[in-house]
Amino acid sequence: MDDAAEAPDAPRATPSRLARFLGSDLWLNFRRSKLAIGAFAVTLLMFGLAFAAPWISPQNPYDPAQLELLNSNLPPLWNPDGQSPFLLGTDDQGRDVLSAVLYGLRLSLIVGMLGVVVSGFLGIGLGLVAGYFGGALDTVIMRVADVQLTFPAILIALVVDGVAKASFGSALDTNATILLIVVSIGLSFWVQYARTVRSSVMVERSKDYVQAARLIGLSSPVIMVRHVLPNVTGPVFVIATINLALAIITEATLSFLGTGLPETMPSLGTLIRTGNRFLFSGEWWVVAFPGIALAGLVLAINLLGDWLRDALNPKLQ
Amino acid sequence: MRAARTSAAPAGAYVEVEDLRRVFDVSKPWLNRLIEREPRQSLKAVDGVGFAIPRGETFALVGESGSGKSTVARMVVGLLPPSAGEVRISGVSMTDPRQEAARRRLRARIQMIFQDPYASMNPRWRVGSIIAEPIRAFNLIQGEGAIRARVGELLRLVGLHPDDARKYPHEFSGGQRQRIAIARALASQAEFLVGDEPTSALDVSVQAQILNLMRDLQDRFGLTYLFISHNLAVVRHMATRIGVMYLGRLVEVGPKAGIFASPRHPYTRMLLDAVPDLAHIGRARTPVSGEIPNPIDPPPGCTFNPRCPHANDRCRSEVPALLDGVACHAVEEGRLPS
Amino acid sequence: MTETVLSVRDLRVAFETRRGTLTAIDGVSLEIGRGEILGVVGESGAGKSVTGSAVIGLIDPPGRIAGGEIRLGSERIDDLPPEKMRRIRGRRIGMIFQDPLTSLDPLYRVGEQIVETIRTHTDLSAKTARARAIDLLTEVGIPAPERRIDGYPHEFSGGMRQRVVIALALAAEPELIIADEPTTALDVSVQAQVITLLKRLCREHGTAVMLVTHDMGVIAEAADRVAVMYSGRIAEIGPVAEVVRAPRHPYARGLMGAIPTLSDTAERLTQIPGSMPRLTAIPPGCAFHPRCPNVFGRCRVERPEPILVGGTRVACHLYDARGEAA
Repeated sequence: MDDAAEAPDAPRATPSRLARFLGSDLWLNFRRSKLAIGAFAVTLLMFGLAFAAPWISPQNPYDPAQLELLNSNLPPLWNPDGQSPFLLGTDDQGRDVLSAVLYGLRLSLIVGMLGVVVSGFLGIGLGLVAGYFGGALDTVIMRVADVQLTFPAILIALVVDGVAKASFGSALDTNATILLIVVSIGLSFWVQYARTVRSSVMVERSKDYVQAARLIGLSSPVIMVRHVLPNVTGPVFVIATINLALAIITEATLSFLGTGLPETMPSLGTLIRTGNRFLFSGEWWVVAFPGIALAGLVLAINLLGDWLRDALNPKLQ
Repeated sequence: MRAARTSAAPAGAYVEVEDLRRVFDVSKPWLNRLIEREPRQSLKAVDGVGFAIPRGETFALVGESGSGKSTVARMVVGLLPPSAGEVRISGVSMTDPRQEAARRRLRARIQMIFQDPYASMNPRWRVGSIIAEPIRAFNLIQGEGAIRARVGELLRLVGLHPDDARKYPHEFSGGQRQRIAIARALASQAEFLVGDEPTSALDVSVQAQILNLMRDLQDRFGLTYLFISHNLAVVRHMATRIGVMYLGRLVEVGPKAGIFASPRHPYTRMLLDAVPDLAHIGRARTPVSGEIPNPIDPPPGCTFNPRCPHANDRCRSEVPALLDGVACHAVEEGRLPS
Repeated sequence: MTETVLSVRDLRVAFETRRGTLTAIDGVSLEIGRGEILGVVGESGAGKSVTGSAVIGLIDPPGRIAGGEIRLGSERIDDLPPEKMRRIRGRRIGMIFQDPLTSLDPLYRVGEQIVETIRTHTDLSAKTARARAIDLLTEVGIPAPERRIDGYPHEFSGGMRQRVVIALALAAEPELIIADEPTTALDVSVQAQVITLLKRLCREHGTAVMLVTHDMGVIAEAADRVAVMYSGRIAEIGPVAEVVRAPRHPYARGLMGAIPTLSDTAERLTQIPGSMPRLTAIPPGCAFHPRCPNVFGRCRVERPEPILVGGTRVACHLYDARGEAA
């Protein structure tokens, strides 16, 4: 059925990229899946709220000058003791929980995305090299990956974090801390990219279009970047989506364990850690709302990633 | 084993292949070998193949699976380094490190057309970029406008429309893609095209279009072809000279007419007899028994001896040399009825 | 023709897709008699394999038989429930596919698979079934069958595997065998062996065979009659000698001319411009008309019905009312 009506002098119109996307199976599949639309909407909402935080939140939770101890421990607004404008209540320092959640969400997303970018670059690069050149290089890279897989990602992140903190002392400022966490996450998650990319590269490498590129004398790096890379990125997007959720969780876990972001610049994980203390004294809102935000975000991204994986995998259809 | 040269192949042929050999290591991984106490295993995919192609002619290598014909093709174009032997194209050695500069200049003149028209083009590239890539890589034409004009010209040459340059490969049928592959091969002003089963993935009516196109282009530009195929009828249609391969060796080489009218090697005879053909309606026959042996562990002597009705003790122990275009003890000793 | 084993009447197979209903098979009629080999030939997308799948009731959703009827002997089988159809497959219809490995389970010895097939469909004892399996392997030309019967599929070469599959297909003495590209994956020399075997067995057992292939050479050597398919329709059907030597339908004529042979001396092959239309864009009237050298007005609007000309049935307006366009 691959034989188009072959009329040499009658070119058919090639639709634009947008038109092709709107006509694609992926788009149709998306429109038909209520779950995917829901997950996408929630993710989009979370991203929107997070990045609009400085403009929409009633308070800058990082600015101690804005905090009033008088407003501390206020319950959410729908509670009889609640006070405007603290929709979700305040913590023991008078910090607005809603603002803290929005800023925390922003920080979690930034750290998560940067972590995905770092692990992606590392994993795609190593996978590409291992798959394309094969041989000893491949063996070394993939054995390192195998060894790393035997350790839980969180353990690796903790080790990287610990080593860095031990070498630089506590002289690290907030930005350096964020960078450190991003690198820890990057080093923990590259393996999956590397393995997936490597196996796709090994398939593509043997295809004739790569041979054709070799025939016109292109160098290996050029062939890898121009020909092979664009053809192995499909599965990478799926991994990146699922890994975004994992990276956010990892950051939250690190922060919850106290090795992540400081209380002065709380992410969702830090908020949950600090809020934890109030659980038994009745101020449930301090921990519940960051927790709900984290769970909602991770769930939505995961559902989206699962849907994407199924939609891109023709065997499951 | 030397290239068999007849009067049809002058000494200064465009392509000269001499005693080409390729051994593949097919051993299990090191650890498995250690545990299972198995030795290294190697496969002689090509074992001493030589031929010459004069300019403007088509030499066809024909054989069944495992005959090594595709491996020869890949060594000739330089995609695979030979284990031994030499390939000279236009007088330039493709293996001698001292001729690197000359080889780089020659690079653009040698192109290949692959079997699978679906795998031979980057699916993410537009057809225009695919055809323009060799032009850019060899810096043949400067300026975007000039390149675009040249791509349009090439597309017209292979029977497509210049506007097709904007499309992606998946918008074309198998036959049209093979036309694009030919346009890409011609883009670098190639003089020598190697076709590795270029039509075996196509339907017969489309195959006829592509074969006719390849012959027209050959007449027009004086192209030299190395044509690899398992299909004897296609080879007969395309080739000037034919080499028949069996298990990595050339068993018979000669002009097309001779091979088809009076095949000498028992394998060639068997092959010609086995091809299902339109002319053989309801033919009843006794096909030659047996199958191609495992190339990792080929029979000693002439590799065809287990299937050959004329084999004797010499055939089972001594490898026949290619003499006067045929490698067979029975032919050499005059034991074979002609 | 002797008694008819398979008769297909006006078969239509449709595939529901999100872009609408595609008709893969459109009004195909054919019959195969006892001991006869009918070749079904066509290029990719012509619907030859779908026709075979329809007969054995293996059309996967979203495809379905949308019309017509299929009779095996006197029994109608296209509307049977899947459970009944499963019993007919293997028992009354044997199958041979292109890749022998799809028909053989790599985890079981070939003997076990043949014995299982025999015992599923007959009431032979285990011992008799094994003896029968050895007979079958001998019949399909497996050397040393007493020993090879206990081998696993991977221990057989490609040609030997296809012989085992033929033995498996014959195990229950079916009336009909559907062979879908049975020789395509094999080397030329082995191909010839398998064709010869298939021909001999059908003659000896009186089995009807539907031989689906793209290789006209195989059809010419093996088949008694041939159906040339184009865009889900039969362009021409008739005795193989007539269709191959003097094809009447312009498509069949082009196809025969396009095939390089070992004997012709033509410098150029006949070429049919263009290629088979996609199922989504089958032209109105005669599906071949945009590529046809003999096209005239009527071809563009009216679909030709098969007409008996000489020994063949041709679906072409050229032969309607004799010489209207010639």
